[in-house]
Amino acid sequence: MTTSAPVRVARDGWIVARRNLIKIKRVPEVLVFVLISPIMFVLLFAYVFGGAIDVPGEVDYKEFLVPGIFVQTVVFGATFTGAGLAEDMQKGIIDRFRSLPMSRSAVLIGRTTSDVFYNVISVTIMALTGLVIGWRIREGVLDAATAFLILLVFAYSVSWIMAYVGLLVPSVEVVNNASFIVIFPLTFVSNAFVPTESFDGVLRTFVEWNPVSTATQACRELFGNTDPSVPVPDAWSMQHPTIYTLLISMAIVAVFAPLATRQYKLSTTK
Amino acid sequence: MADMVRASGLVKRYKSVEALSGLDLTVQEGTVLALLGPNGAGKTTAVRVLATLLTPDAGTAEVAGIDVLANPAGVRERIGLSGQYAAVDEHLTGYENLEMVGRLYDLGRVKARARARELLEQFGLAEAGDRPAKTYSGGMRRRLDLAGALVAAPPLLILDEPTTGLDVRSRLQLWDVIRELVAGGTTLLLTTQYLEEADRLADEIVVIDHGKAIARGTADQLKAQTGGERIEVVLADAARRDAAERVLALVARGPVQVDDDGRSLVAPVHDGQRALARTLREFEDAGIAVLELGLRRPTLDDVFLSLTGHAAEADPSSETVEVSA
Repeated sequence: MTTSAPVRVARDGWIVARRNLIKIKRVPEVLVFVLISPIMFVLLFAYVFGGAIDVPGEVDYKEFLVPGIFVQTVVFGATFTGAGLAEDMQKGIIDRFRSLPMSRSAVLIGRTTSDVFYNVISVTIMALTGLVIGWRIREGVLDAATAFLILLVFAYSVSWIMAYVGLLVPSVEVVNNASFIVIFPLTFVSNAFVPTESFDGVLRTFVEWNPVSTATQACRELFGNTDPSVPVPDAWSMQHPTIYTLLISMAIVAVFAPLATRQYKLSTTK
Repeated sequence: MADMVRASGLVKRYKSVEALSGLDLTVQEGTVLALLGPNGAGKTTAVRVLATLLTPDAGTAEVAGIDVLANPAGVRERIGLSGQYAAVDEHLTGYENLEMVGRLYDLGRVKARARARELLEQFGLAEAGDRPAKTYSGGMRRRLDLAGALVAAPPLLILDEPTTGLDVRSRLQLWDVIRELVAGGTTLLLTTQYLEEADRLADEIVVIDHGKAIARGTADQLKAQTGGERIEVVLADAARRDAAERVLALVARGPVQVDDDGRSLVAPVHDGQRALARTLREFEDAGIAVLELGLRRPTLDDVFLSLTGHAAEADPSSETVEVSA
């Protein structure tokens, strides 16, 4: 049986993705533990820190917070991608794949694809949590759909970063620690939990161009969780958060997909 | 017969260590070759090069006439690899594992499914086939992993330490499975640190140490090389040692070794049966009582020790033994 190359990549990728999804089905506990932390963040910020954080304009902090938590959730969720690959490597499953006459990028495409499904589930759960504590979608269905789409696209790009990290380091534990070093500053030095205005100088510039901020900003605007009378920061990224987020997501995939694929070919279980 | 594997001068360096330092290897079609060596000898590295998982720093290798470096994809279509770790996905069932591998070998959905069931049956996993592999015993996982390597019925099967870490019973079961496969004509390249495994399964053995082949031949040839048959005696009374040594000297074809305890003696002999009978008679006549008296052929353990033991102490290059095959 001969199959053309692009069809093979897609088909092999799907076969691998299906394998990963079976795991979520068989071990749903994984999902529970990964989702507990964002839910804790919602509660922590909404009810503990929220009172001390001033949001400009006539917006309730909980509404301000939930889009930020969405972004944080999908960024943290990307750790799943790296951890999954590191685990496969440790267990010799990557070796088995690499000895098969399958497409060389299929394992990574399959992994990042299955993690989109994973993100759909986690964003859904976070949205329900948000609705319970008082977050609302105030714009049209199309806008809301666009917001969710941006979340998933951005999450997909971060998955590729974590795929690269997962192949680079020797074990699942290291992935978790390594990703923490990247993810923590990205999510906390952003407008996800506090308004951009609360940062100064260099930090402010970082926040404005941080894709976590722009993804959050895009979601807030599309869900209608902002006060239109409050001016948006002048940076181009914040003025055009949707386009900027999509562009930077594409750039991330363009850089990290080839890097991760190269690493996949090189890496071996010792 | 054609060569299924032909590798020459393979070199692979890791920072300061040379894992392979000029390994040559040939496996004839339809035969079983065991790559025998201690941990860290370079067995796994050699196998990984042939399975296209590693690129060697020097040397050439062909599998089924296809260049491993020039056309790795072509090689992958012709090999089945089962590694040191049972590379099964424990969350998938046995059936799902095999079906996935079949589809990745491009068998197509229908064939992959049928093949998965067939292999589960063949490997005694039919009943467990729809349970997640997590619930399998170590032996069952290895069998499932081995089945995975056979999904596409590849012309060359590569097994890297297939029974390491298994209990005796599972090992024997796996050997039976492997022997059946080989009887069906599959070419097998096997690495092992168990001499018994090489002895039982392989047509030809290559002893490897420090990344190099230090001896090759059939199990019998290797054993003969190490010293052939010998008579071993344990005396009831150490005081009769000199008398016993004189008797053994009559039948020995080399110096008689006396152990430190002064009661155990070993004599290399040519015609074992006759030499043993004569020793027995002479002992009777001289009234030498023995606790043990026997004829022993060297085991592969002796071969292994004499080959690698020397190599570890002295300059390895001067110890190279070639056994003509």
